[in-house]
Amino acid sequence: MNKSTRKSAARSSSGRVKTIDIVNKGLKRRYGKEKRFRFYGLLSIIASAAFLAFLLTSIVSKGYSAFLQTYIKLDVPLEAGMLDKQNPGRSDFQGIIKEAIKDYYPGVTERQDKRELYSLFSSGAAFQLRDEVLNNPSREGSTISLWVLADDDVDMLMKGHIKREVPESQRRLSDKQLRWIERLEKDNRIEKRFNTTFFSAGDSREPELAGIWGAVKGSFYTMLVTLMLSFPIGIAAAVYLEEFAPKNLATDFIEVNINNLAAVPSIVFGLLGLAVFLNFFGMPRSTPLVGGIVLMLMTLPTIIIASRAALKAVPPSIREAALGVGSSKLQVVASHVLPLALPGMLTGTIIGMAQALGETAPLLMIGMVAFIVDIPGGFTDPSAVMPVQIYLWADSPERAFVERTSAAIMVLLAFLISMNAVAVVLRKRFERRW
Amino acid sequence: MSPLLLLLSLLVLSVAGFLIGQRKALNLAGSVGGTSRLHSLPVYYGALTALWCCLPAFFMFLIWLGFEQSIITALMVADLPDEVRALPPARLNVLINDIRSLASGNIVSGEITPLMRNAAAQYISLKGIGQMITSVIVLVAAVAGVLLVHRRIKPELRARNQVENVVMGLLVVCSTIAIFTTIGIVLSILYEAVRFFQQIPVTDFLFGLEWSPQMAIREDQVGSSGAFGAVPVFAGTILISAIAMFVAAPIGLMSAIFLSEYADRRLRAVAKPLLEILAGIPTVVYGFFAALVVAPMIRNSGAQLGIDVSSESALAAGLVMGVMIIPFVSSLSDDVINAVPQTLRDGAYSVGATRSETIMHVLIPAALPGIVGGLLLAVSRAIGETMIVVMAAGLSANLTANPLQAVTTVTVQIVTLLVGDQEFDSPKTLAAFALGLVLFFGTLFLNVIALTVVRKYRERYE
Repeated sequence: MNKSTRKSAARSSSGRVKTIDIVNKGLKRRYGKEKRFRFYGLLSIIASAAFLAFLLTSIVSKGYSAFLQTYIKLDVPLEAGMLDKQNPGRSDFQGIIKEAIKDYYPGVTERQDKRELYSLFSSGAAFQLRDEVLNNPSREGSTISLWVLADDDVDMLMKGHIKREVPESQRRLSDKQLRWIERLEKDNRIEKRFNTTFFSAGDSREPELAGIWGAVKGSFYTMLVTLMLSFPIGIAAAVYLEEFAPKNLATDFIEVNINNLAAVPSIVFGLLGLAVFLNFFGMPRSTPLVGGIVLMLMTLPTIIIASRAALKAVPPSIREAALGVGSSKLQVVASHVLPLALPGMLTGTIIGMAQALGETAPLLMIGMVAFIVDIPGGFTDPSAVMPVQIYLWADSPERAFVERTSAAIMVLLAFLISMNAVAVVLRKRFERRW
Repeated sequence: MSPLLLLLSLLVLSVAGFLIGQRKALNLAGSVGGTSRLHSLPVYYGALTALWCCLPAFFMFLIWLGFEQSIITALMVADLPDEVRALPPARLNVLINDIRSLASGNIVSGEITPLMRNAAAQYISLKGIGQMITSVIVLVAAVAGVLLVHRRIKPELRARNQVENVVMGLLVVCSTIAIFTTIGIVLSILYEAVRFFQQIPVTDFLFGLEWSPQMAIREDQVGSSGAFGAVPVFAGTILISAIAMFVAAPIGLMSAIFLSEYADRRLRAVAKPLLEILAGIPTVVYGFFAALVVAPMIRNSGAQLGIDVSSESALAAGLVMGVMIIPFVSSLSDDVINAVPQTLRDGAYSVGATRSETIMHVLIPAALPGIVGGLLLAVSRAIGETMIVVMAAGLSANLTANPLQAVTTVTVQIVTLLVGDQEFDSPKTLAAFALGLVLFFGTLFLNVIALTVVRKYRERYE
């Protein structure tokens, strides 16, 4: 015990209030406060995590079933004379399918009943038959046993989204239709298989015929345009601003502009695209070309800012050494600074591209929201992109589109996560501390 | 030649030009006694040739690409019969659009008349001629560039300096694209917005309390006459952004404080990527989630409590938007808190303050400008956010402060007004640009303040 504490102890025995007592008295309350504060911090992290988990599980639980699709086995008798002789591709396949269905359910004769019966099968069944016949022309005269697509209502029933117990008036399938389906089940003629249509088809109004391949290709072309424009331009701008630009009003103005553009709402870029590229320059609507240019303008600030940080991280000694052996300033940058900064620039670019891949709003403005069935084959074909496809499907009233939307989200998230993973690996692998 | 093919042949020509220039330089070097007698390395002579080959040609190509459509359309319209050209501009525009879609094989809005078919054929042939002329001009320019430089290549030609000047020019042009983008945004939005304000007075737009932009297209059509008072739209935007900030500001700030002051390395290694994933999820996914899961949940729990909740309530959109902004707030605050010098913390600890007291009484006051700046950026993000509100918020403009009712926002209105068929002279379409103008300058105002505050704050501790 040193002198001062002894003194204060002495004073406390004399009955006067001591500072240490006040401190000690408040200590419990203060520690409690400290604990609570810490708890709130932890709670907010947990809240974010819980929300993320909630979001992901609800999307996966809604979407995983879209990877399976209900098929019905149908025996199609291909009698001679049913096919068009000159042009087999233009035969009445719809009629042949209907005949086959009637053969399986001979008891159904009423017109209304027949219509209900046919509606159990997808309108895509005729196309399946057509492909089958065209691929094997010799099948005429025999009976083809074909697994055809079931209608989306049947699919929903098989996946349990339409309940059999509810009263007939509240379900999209009538009691009669249920009995027909039960017969198929008894004969083992209905089963769920892997949904190849989802990964190979374009958009469709019929959920069982709709796929994301068109949107994936559209996204691919759009991203290609964005990458080809924004990578070189972004790096050039970053190199100029970081390595060559004099400190003056003009470069300050450029910098303010870049920082500000990074925070401009994305939909404003869509307005720019609509007014300038579509209306003024008359570029084609709904195409990856215009979409790519608009997204390029949007991601450019991200890439420039990241690239400048990468250039800044290259130590000046590198530049001085190169200048010392007689390189010109441009040679210094091109053959010494750029290679060292490239991994950082690539990381920034990939992150910018991931942002662009998930962007929807500006593309709505330039007409990429149109209903497009064909799979795009180039930069000037009308096309959808994945986030817009998700938006369109989310707006569709059919129950079967809910699971397809969720599945498309899963595919999009898979792309985004792998892009970000590449960026992280790149950063880890090439990061250099000087 | 199609544009893509033309670009490819230009690329091939440039490579050829590079090789030709380099070869000539090497030959020259051989005759004058080694490459050291040349002013520049042989590569630079090649590069100079390639640049002269592709740059002027590419420039011409761009000019054609920019004006192709307007020139061809003008030529085609000039060939139309007089009585067609005398149509009112709106009808004529529809006709021109139809002819264009007919020419490109797309669906046409009306029925196809022989006149349109002729015009479409004319359009296609004009386009073909135009493409041919461009191809010839571009290729001739490319070859001429190569020949021109080839003749000039001599040992004393300062090839490196010339190439470097051109490259430097290109760098400058690339870095000014940000300026041109801003100018483009301002001019395009302003132009259309001014056309809107010629039809609807500015004061009606800014202070009117009624928003129903559906205009009757024909005179005899039943329907509202259209009202463009944007106050309910602004109020809805502010309501939803306020709900979002109510969620994002405390959670984001507390996460940042916890991560930078309390969490050990292991927890940080888990929590940071988690927030990054939250930031990387596309907004359309949040929108889907808000509309499909959160909104029904709020509605059902409201029904159980006996409260009537709209299925497109501002609360659902605001809550989900708030979650979307959490990582944004958290990463900005994290930067700001980390920038506070350690000495301030140490000083507080040394007088016996607990951690939370240090944070509340020292760190946050010191970091306040930065935090406020970050929050302002977050507000600007919330105001400009589109997909969540398009999918989860309502379309009808209600002037209400009740978060359980449906409200609409600026971005929702822009999307609904501009998606689908557009007529570029109806106030309905132009109103979207007026809203865009308000949105752009509103967020610009917030951003400029926020960025200045943050910069000032950084400078204080550097």
